[in-house]
Amino acid sequence: MSTVKLTVNGKAVAVDVEDRTLLVQLLRDNLNLTGTHVGCDTSQCGACVVHVDGKTVKSCTMLAGQADGANVTTIEGIAKGDELHPMQAAFRDNHGLQCGYCTPGMIMSAIDIVHRHGGNLDETTVRQELEGNICRCTGYHNIVKSVLDAAGRMKVSQAAE
Amino acid sequence: MYQTTYHRASSVDEAASLFAKGNEAKFLAGGQTLLPVMKQRLASPSDVIDLGKIKELQGVELSGDVLTIKAGTTYFDIMQSGDVKKAIPAIAHLTSVLGDPAVRYRGTIGGSIANNDPAADFPAALLALGATVKTHKRSIAAENFFQGLFTTALEDGEIITAVSFPVPEKAGYEKMRHPASRFALTGVFVAKTKSGEIRVAATGASQSGVMRVPAIEAALKANWSPSAIDGVSISASNLLADIHGTAEYRANLIKVMAQRAVKAAG
Repeated sequence: MSTVKLTVNGKAVAVDVEDRTLLVQLLRDNLNLTGTHVGCDTSQCGACVVHVDGKTVKSCTMLAGQADGANVTTIEGIAKGDELHPMQAAFRDNHGLQCGYCTPGMIMSAIDIVHRHGGNLDETTVRQELEGNICRCTGYHNIVKSVLDAAGRMKVSQAAE
Repeated sequence: MYQTTYHRASSVDEAASLFAKGNEAKFLAGGQTLLPVMKQRLASPSDVIDLGKIKELQGVELSGDVLTIKAGTTYFDIMQSGDVKKAIPAIAHLTSVLGDPAVRYRGTIGGSIANNDPAADFPAALLALGATVKTHKRSIAAENFFQGLFTTALEDGEIITAVSFPVPEKAGYEKMRHPASRFALTGVFVAKTKSGEIRVAATGASQSGVMRVPAIEAALKANWSPSAIDGVSISASNLLADIHGTAEYRANLIKVMAQRAVKAAG
């Protein structure tokens, strides 16, 4: 057992876990942050994507101990109170989900994509960049539409800040 | 995953001494291979020694005609590096078609070559470019480093610290990506060194892991162009065959990927 200290969604936490614990298990089982999903558990599907020190990580493929001292953001940490993050709002408005299982990972990856590419996003880039996130319902069409829509909204909200 | 004990090393020396104390210890770099293997219970190290926070293992340096990538540098940082793009753009391209964005943020060059998966991308770059693997004990030429499937010249407890690449005159890498795993169904790295030597390496193709392709090297030496490879015949014997492709398919892919790589190299 080890004590892992990290910041999750802005809150400092210290959790006692077995050394073999994965980050996704710490988030879901110890912190009850069940918005981060386990899909394939083989680092392919991306349902478990969270941000660790600002970078997207498949949390099923990182030990909790590796995240000691890190700043972790999950799907629960991106809205401002009742106001959805622009990426969440865009997924809702564009019907970018059906069953919703892949959605938290899609949104966390999509935010990173917009941060890296800024206003230079086009459909091809979004499709390429989402290759680590698998959706089995939608055929991706509305997901891509949502990301492109959110890229515009995030640009506007950044400019306003 | 079986029980294990996690250690975070803050220097290469500390990592080496932690390894020596462990019963069956393993080094953890980005964890993009080791952790899935541990989850499948195909590996059960007593101790996992995390190299991820060791500063001396991070970074890229370009000095004259040598590009040095420290072992703990992630694929993402390699892909973004101005020095890599300037000196050997084929390596930047290679990292951009490796895994997916989340994997590229975690996976490292040192982890890739230490694991020596027969379908990994970096072994082909090291072999074609005539790179040198630096460990905390010695330097090993790429030719001698890769020794078959998942086997390298590394001794127990030896830590890769960096890889040095001589900057070539031109180089290119193209691969047929497996659509799910994104490993190379076959990938070919071609290089023309500053002294005019032609070196071609294929990954994902051979039953013995990464390999040079002498027939294509000879053809390109006579004429550096994609069409020079048209008449080359690649034997399917000793090539991998699985549900994704036959040995004959991979033999053909070696030619096609080499042609595309030469075109990309210019």
